[in-house]
Amino acid sequence: MYHSAKQLLELCEKQKKPIYQVVIEEESKSSGSAPEMIFSQMKEILSVMKQSSQSTLNKKVPSLSGMMGGDAQQVNKYQKDGKTLLGVIPNKAMAMALSTAEVNASMGKIVAAPTAGSSGILPAVLMTLEESLHLNEEDLIHALLVASGIGRVIGQNATFSGAEGGCQVECGSAAAMAAGAAVFASGGNNEQIFHAASIVLINIMGLVCDPIAGLVEFPCILRNASGAINALSAADLALAGVKSLIPFDEVVKAMYKVGKALPESLRETGLGGIAGTPTGCAIRNSLLKND
Amino acid sequence: MKNFGIFDVIGPVMIGPSSSHTAGAARIALVARRIAGVGYHHVDFFLHGSFAATYKGHGTDKALVGGILGFEPSDLRIKNSFFHAKEAGITYNFIPVNLEDVHPNTVKIEFHYPDGSCFYVIGSSIGGGNIEITNINGTSVIFTAENPTLLFRYKEQKGMIAYISNALYSKGHNIDLMRTIKEDDEVLLIVELNESLDSELYESIQNGKTFLFSKYIYVPISKIGKSND
Repeated sequence: MYHSAKQLLELCEKQKKPIYQVVIEEESKSSGSAPEMIFSQMKEILSVMKQSSQSTLNKKVPSLSGMMGGDAQQVNKYQKDGKTLLGVIPNKAMAMALSTAEVNASMGKIVAAPTAGSSGILPAVLMTLEESLHLNEEDLIHALLVASGIGRVIGQNATFSGAEGGCQVECGSAAAMAAGAAVFASGGNNEQIFHAASIVLINIMGLVCDPIAGLVEFPCILRNASGAINALSAADLALAGVKSLIPFDEVVKAMYKVGKALPESLRETGLGGIAGTPTGCAIRNSLLKND
Repeated sequence: MKNFGIFDVIGPVMIGPSSSHTAGAARIALVARRIAGVGYHHVDFFLHGSFAATYKGHGTDKALVGGILGFEPSDLRIKNSFFHAKEAGITYNFIPVNLEDVHPNTVKIEFHYPDGSCFYVIGSSIGGGNIEITNINGTSVIFTAENPTLLFRYKEQKGMIAYISNALYSKGHNIDLMRTIKEDDEVLLIVELNESLDSELYESIQNGKTFLFSKYIYVPISKIGKSND
């Protein structure tokens, strides 16, 4: 079993197998489930992801508190009109990331990947890959397995809990997983997969978890959009040949240390950062009054 | 984390917005319902810590009501669980309390039955949709319901553990963990298995001795949407 990126890459090297195959075989060994069973569970997960990424592209669904809703629709309309700065693909990706995040905030069905608050990033990147690289379902599941392998390494060496490590461990981990999946799907090699994942974490390191009123709405929903872009841009950098000077395993450990060093007010308490601004506090107070 | 697998990274499939405040809350209530048994007409939810502070904003209230109606954390009916409770004729209250030295996301669920009796279960949502049941009607316990779990309460007597172990062993079951909690002359035995139990074996164990209380609970989180409620 692998506990680090280094070990995962060594297994791939030794067995002359692609990452997704090593990930599924190791999962099968440790859980006792047959590889076909794991594959079919991933298929089900993919279908929930796909659905959530499309769900609010053309309709406004208010969040539980009422403070959010409608952003996915706006961005989707904007990219359809065609006059964007980044271009259609990244704007469509942002719209899909917002969609899943809005589904989550309105008590719809999502896949925590790795958490509910960061659940928009991986679906948006996978659906972007599906469209721009014309991937079939099997390709997407392989990409999802690559993402899972990266996530497993992060989970074993750090944490996914915003209360413990800030937003960097939620949206950062999701974006690192998505970046690796994107490099894999684009035909990049194993080293490039982990360079992309490292670049994501390096570029987001220190991001605080500061939700208004402690709710998974603002800025969480927006950070899913930026997470998707972080993933796609890091994947492009790695595919172009840009390398992370620091190995992935060391980057993950550094992120964990940074998370531990964050004051409690910036770890999902709804006290510091954006939540602690005068307007953030005013929104919280008005929500409490309505209760 | 024990057996940290890829479905702990990607998953669970759940109703948002929060794995600890929504999915975990639904699971505590679902497990509590299995322990208490159905037939209740009213349920009081005593909310502690972060549950008390943000239960409306995270839909913890809807998730808890969904759970006591038997809905899985991935069941879309959770969003409208208040309506479904009304249909089922079940009333409920949410009561913020301080349960003292417990996990920040803790709820005490008190089931009330038409004969005037009540039964409570206390559980904590410990992250990522994982839960711990910590108290059953006054008896401190600790189990997650992630593994197939047997609960037996009986008057203290010799040979009970041997009887249950032998019955399980005879059908090839592996016991992952066994724990006893003694209170006066009563014993609560918790047995966790690594494979699910068939109902025939459970019934034969149950019928072979006199138990004050016995339950078989299995509400896994990482397997997707397979309900046996």
